Amino acid sequence: MAFNVKINGKQHSVDVDEDTPLLWVLRDVLGLTGTKFGCGMALCGACTVHVDGVATRSCVTPVNALQGSEVTTIEAVGKTVAGARVQKAWLDHEVVQCGYCQSGQIMSAAALLASTPKPTDADIDGAMSGNVCRCGTYGRIREAIKQAAQSGSKGG
Amino acid sequence: MTDLARRSFLRTGAATGGGLLLSLTLPLTGGAQAAGDGPFAPNAFVRIGEDGRIVLVMPYVEMGQGTYTAIPMLIAEELEVTLNQVRLEHAPPDEKLYGNPLVAGVQATGGSTAIMASWQPLRQAGAIARTLLIAAAAKRWNVAPEACRAQAGEVLHPATGRSLKYGALAADAAKLPVPKEVALKDPKDFKIIGTPAKRLDAPAKVDGSAVYGIDARPPGVKIATLAQSPVFGGRVKSLDDAAAKAVKGVRQIVRLDDAVAVVADHMGAAKKGLAALKIDWDDGPHAKLTTDQIARELEQATLAAGAVAETIGDTAKALASAATKVEATYQLPFLAHAALEPMNCTVHVRKDGCDVWVGTQVAARAQAAAAKVAGLPLDKVVLHQHLIGGGFGRRLEIDGVTRATEIARHVDGPVKVVWTREEDIQHDMYRPYWFDRLQAGLDEKGRPVAWNHRFAGSSLPAGCRLASIRAWIRTVSTARSISPMDCPICMSNTCGSNRREFRPPSGAASARRTTSSWSKASWTNWPPPPSRTRSPIGSPSSKNRHAPKPCSNWQRPRPGGARRYLRVLVAVCRSSMYSAATWRRSRKSKLPRTARCGYGASWRRSIAASSSIPTR
Repeated sequence: MAFNVKINGKQHSVDVDEDTPLLWVLRDVLGLTGTKFGCGMALCGACTVHVDGVATRSCVTPVNALQGSEVTTIEAVGKTVAGARVQKAWLDHEVVQCGYCQSGQIMSAAALLASTPKPTDADIDGAMSGNVCRCGTYGRIREAIKQAAQSGSKGG
Repeated sequence: MTDLARRSFLRTGAATGGGLLLSLTLPLTGGAQAAGDGPFAPNAFVRIGEDGRIVLVMPYVEMGQGTYTAIPMLIAEELEVTLNQVRLEHAPPDEKLYGNPLVAGVQATGGSTAIMASWQPLRQAGAIARTLLIAAAAKRWNVAPEACRAQAGEVLHPATGRSLKYGALAADAAKLPVPKEVALKDPKDFKIIGTPAKRLDAPAKVDGSAVYGIDARPPGVKIATLAQSPVFGGRVKSLDDAAAKAVKGVRQIVRLDDAVAVVADHMGAAKKGLAALKIDWDDGPHAKLTTDQIARELEQATLAAGAVAETIGDTAKALASAATKVEATYQLPFLAHAALEPMNCTVHVRKDGCDVWVGTQVAARAQAAAAKVAGLPLDKVVLHQHLIGGGFGRRLEIDGVTRATEIARHVDGPVKVVWTREEDIQHDMYRPYWFDRLQAGLDEKGRPVAWNHRFAGSSLPAGCRLASIRAWIRTVSTARSISPMDCPICMSNTCGSNRREFRPPSGAASARRTTSSWSKASWTNWPPPPSRTRSPIGSPSSKNRHAPKPCSNWQRPRPGGARRYLRVLVAVCRSSMYSAATWRRSRKSKLPRTARCGYGASWRRSIAASSSIPTR
């Protein structure tokens, strides 16, 4: 059965089983490989995308649950205000190492800032605790989120 | 943005990177050298086109350690270009050109060696190119080369104010003979080395455009996932794949001797198909082997006769007569590397050739592994290197390439074999298991008089770390008795030093807790482990590798002239360091075999047993 999914502002029709996780539609069917596979069980956060602005683990989100929803991936998050700020802060703070988890980290951070423009440390911990980084970039992630929040509060 | 073509050719623009142009160019067919080769390529690391494009070829792969920034810094410093003028390219497999001089010429990224190995050769590569470009400009202007200088991708003739960009000089420079020796810059003139440069790979890693091995998408690629025998050495006894074949999107089931793969249109279908397989395994010779059993055997090995590395004084006597004896034991478990990018490899086997897309720490070994399985000569196998989403030593092994090629042989067209996370953890080649037993003897005043260290485990870190132990405490006994281990292991980051640098100090701390204030001070000065004894190739100290000076009171004469004894006994038992190939051989022979790969001379010998350890 074909499903219509709206991804990064564009409608796609994909012919897959209804329970196919969004992750594989993105990566293998549509070729949007910026969203990463880490565990397939919503345990690592590498596959995080936005569904209607909410950080969502695409590896456990079936495609049939997305009718009428807007999906945003790392490839387009820079077009959102919060996403652009987060990406800039990520570069300013030299957050990445191997980089494999960073798509998911950025998506989680951008969703946090969109909903909570001035997050506390506890807010950051709450929003980011589901995103694993094997290189251990957590300290810089926290600093970058704070910078992105600050640049937002300055109206930048 | 759904640019389906960008997987084969990634270029990150200047938008978010402050003017950076980073190009990881990997053509999907043909040779591994990228299109757009310049006419000027004085060595394997620098190419400059007439269009001014400056390409630097990266001999060591980027997996988070920053090598795709540090190595360009070395080359750019001498080439006299800025970092935002260069494009980067993965090196193709070629050990003659890109072998790591610190790892016996193997094309390997590992052991924190890349910058040490590159320090002189890659600055020379840049300097050679610069020298030739200056010579080409001087010739054109009919002036002395000494009257010219290079700066930011141009050659200048200050006396007349003339300048020429490198691109304009590339064709002429290519015709000049390559000098055998060139002068390197005085470090005081460095403009790039020593500065906090921004990572060149960062922009592509924050917008999703960075391409890892798992992101390879050659046209027509199918996705496969697999189940390997849950017991090492087991094999497929029977297979019912009817339900799996009925899953929408599943195209093919590949049955191997010890694994089954499901080939599908996408990973979702492949995983669903995998779950629908009914596989009956023959668990093979290791069916009843447990981790507990391995641990027990290692513990026993630390009590049995081992082989002494080095002894000073009569440790047995000193321990026997010590007023207080302290013993501590430690176990280091098997550990999976758990890189965030699961194991994966994409392979297209054809009658006349084979393409491999993978992120690997050992490109040439990976190419050879694919060639062997595909039954093709090496020059018919094109390996496309990729960024690595975490290596930690796991991608120094080529079992994933071998496995993917075994599957691809049965598939018409390219197939990307992606391991599930569960498979990735279960079939890791683990960091070795170690059991350490430390004994200290203290005199009546709590002063250390004897030290005895026995350990048993896999041989992997023994060779590369004993020298450091020796430097640390001055006296080490080394000896090993080796027997097979039934579990595949491989390098993992700091698999030697994480025991070396924790256990002896920890044992010392145990002893310290029992001692008087005098000896507390003595133990407190336990020397920090020598974290680095190697120097960059070509640096003044590289031929004079000073061992760090021990800083403990062990060196100082003791009050009253009392003698002290020190012995470390090393018993390496049940050891092996399996490569995928040796592991495979062992499975086929139904016998676990001892194997060595990667470090120094063979560890497979048995060495004379040590004297017994005094017990409490």
